[in-house]
Amino acid sequence: MKRFQSTEAVIALVLLAVTVLIGLINPAFWGVANLFSLAKANVVIGIMALGVLLIMISGGIDVSFPAISAAALYITVRTMVALDYDGVLLPFIAASVIGVLLGAFNAFIIDRFKMIPLIVTLGTASIIRGLVLGLLGTSIVNINKMPDALIEFGKQDLTTVTAQNGATVGLTAMILVYLAIALVIHIILRHTMTGRSVYAYGGDPESARRAGVNTRRTIFFVYCTAGLLAGFAGLLHSSMIWQANPRDFMGLELDVIAAVVLGGASIFGGRGSVLGTMIGVFTLVMVKNSLILMKVDTTWQRVVVGMIIIAATAITAWRDRKKLA
Amino acid sequence: MTAKAEEKSLVQRLLGNDASIAQLAVITVVIFVLMAGLNPDKFLRYYNFESITYIMPELGILCIAMMVAMLTGGIDLSIVAIANLAAITAGVYFRHPVVAEALAAGGVGLVLHTAMGVIIALLVGLAAGLVNGVLIARLRIIPILATLGTGQVFAGLALVLTGGPAIVGFPQTWNWIGTGKLLGVATPFWILIVVASVVAILLRRTHLGVNLMLIGTNARAAVFAGIRSSRMILYSYALTGLMAAIAGILLSGRTNSAKADFGASYLLQAVLIAVLGGTNPAGGKGRVLGVLLALVALMFLSSGMQMMRASNFLIDAMWGGFLVLVIAINYLRSSK
Repeated sequence: MKRFQSTEAVIALVLLAVTVLIGLINPAFWGVANLFSLAKANVVIGIMALGVLLIMISGGIDVSFPAISAAALYITVRTMVALDYDGVLLPFIAASVIGVLLGAFNAFIIDRFKMIPLIVTLGTASIIRGLVLGLLGTSIVNINKMPDALIEFGKQDLTTVTAQNGATVGLTAMILVYLAIALVIHIILRHTMTGRSVYAYGGDPESARRAGVNTRRTIFFVYCTAGLLAGFAGLLHSSMIWQANPRDFMGLELDVIAAVVLGGASIFGGRGSVLGTMIGVFTLVMVKNSLILMKVDTTWQRVVVGMIIIAATAITAWRDRKKLA
Repeated sequence: MTAKAEEKSLVQRLLGNDASIAQLAVITVVIFVLMAGLNPDKFLRYYNFESITYIMPELGILCIAMMVAMLTGGIDLSIVAIANLAAITAGVYFRHPVVAEALAAGGVGLVLHTAMGVIIALLVGLAAGLVNGVLIARLRIIPILATLGTGQVFAGLALVLTGGPAIVGFPQTWNWIGTGKLLGVATPFWILIVVASVVAILLRRTHLGVNLMLIGTNARAAVFAGIRSSRMILYSYALTGLMAAIAGILLSGRTNSAKADFGASYLLQAVLIAVLGGTNPAGGKGRVLGVLLALVALMFLSSGMQMMRASNFLIDAMWGGFLVLVIAINYLRSSK
């Protein structure tokens, strides 16, 4: 009974209802090609959302991760092109390190100057975007220049199915990367001291400090991990679409934050789970992708995403208020 | 130039009782001297200051709007979307065949329909602000998320109204609001002065302002003091929306066009200038004069940088760097 009332169960029910609705309006939704492309669309946003989840549990918010992703992928790919280097492992490590460093910059300012994370990350996002576009330029690295190994890596499929019209569609293997990362974050959050201290800090920073939580370490852990995931997801995105665009992910912070909130995380901190976030991401991606299937004009997309954010936050606000009473 | 002299004398009058205002005035003067020194033949020209008086008001009004939202510890991330939506709604009104005909005929109809357009834009801003206010004050959604969501909705509605491309060709009377002159000074600059004065009086001399400050300082205490918090917060977001609409009118009047994604970088700049101007984002502290000084300082900085042919991207990075720097300075000053 308790399991049934959990936040994850509620979101899963919402997801189920939306799925049935979309499937009824347009049966093409259930096509294998559509389902595979849905799974693919989850990967990058999902990995970023896990980072944002960590930050939200700690009571913070981050709007700089799209800039971090774009910076990590663009710096890495441009360096690879310049050095004529071809490989997979080293570039991904490099992109992750760039992410960690930028995340540490956020953490340093937030921790040292005790400033509201939203305002800090608005500032750092602008610094990162401005420096990357201003110093490295705005030219897109296209498929003809992209390192081959990266493209090959992003191309891998778990299984392929031949559709009725003869085209083959594959289920991207990157979904395994996403699931593995989700599992690791879940274990960290649930079963390690570091993870528990993130919840404690988000619940009440002062009590956490008095209970012996190293708050500085917690803040750095949270923002560096989010940076790492953002950097990694950036390069993964680049290898999946076979190009590197320094302007990628603009405005994506809204979608990702919406997905995490939809997944039951509280912006006041202390609440949120990996499973809920993954369901939230899936719901948001599915709704966005299905608007076209449902013959809704694309200009309405932003309105719908905005409505989802408002509805999700209104529900969580209502839930958290009941807790207080 | 006359306006600048006015500000100076105001500063001198208030120097005695507010250290942060004095500090800001010093920063402004330092930036002014620095930029004048780096661009000796361009910066000090009359034309430069005149163009600043046209560009500054729209951003300035957005900054004051942001400050009002911050007074209660909130924030409004939807102001730029409200500004665009208001301008676009007016643009759609002007496009209506009947209205377009009357506008083309000129005369009294032109003025009346322009006034109608202004009223429509203001009503859109007020309505959008009330939506924010209801979500934040009544449904108790945290301001960041509520305005993040409504910002998407407003920008989305603007996109639906235009279908994507910009609306161009506003009536000449509308453009006068953004590019005209009144008594030798830019019309938008007059509007900035009026808005700033009204808000300053509202915050310092009325119940609303005092209540907002108290709510921002200590929300619990405010409730126990018998303040109707949620109503006051509702009013403050309505005011913010109204000001955003005014900024939208100025922006569309100046550029003779309106588009769903205009002025995206204004959001960060409005946050930056509000915080730089001494507004505490946690609530309870903020002054119109401080925001105006910060605005003037950063307008000098960016016009000077542009004269040195710095790339726009690097100027964006500089705005961000400045925000972080201000955060550090404010922290070090308050911890002394």
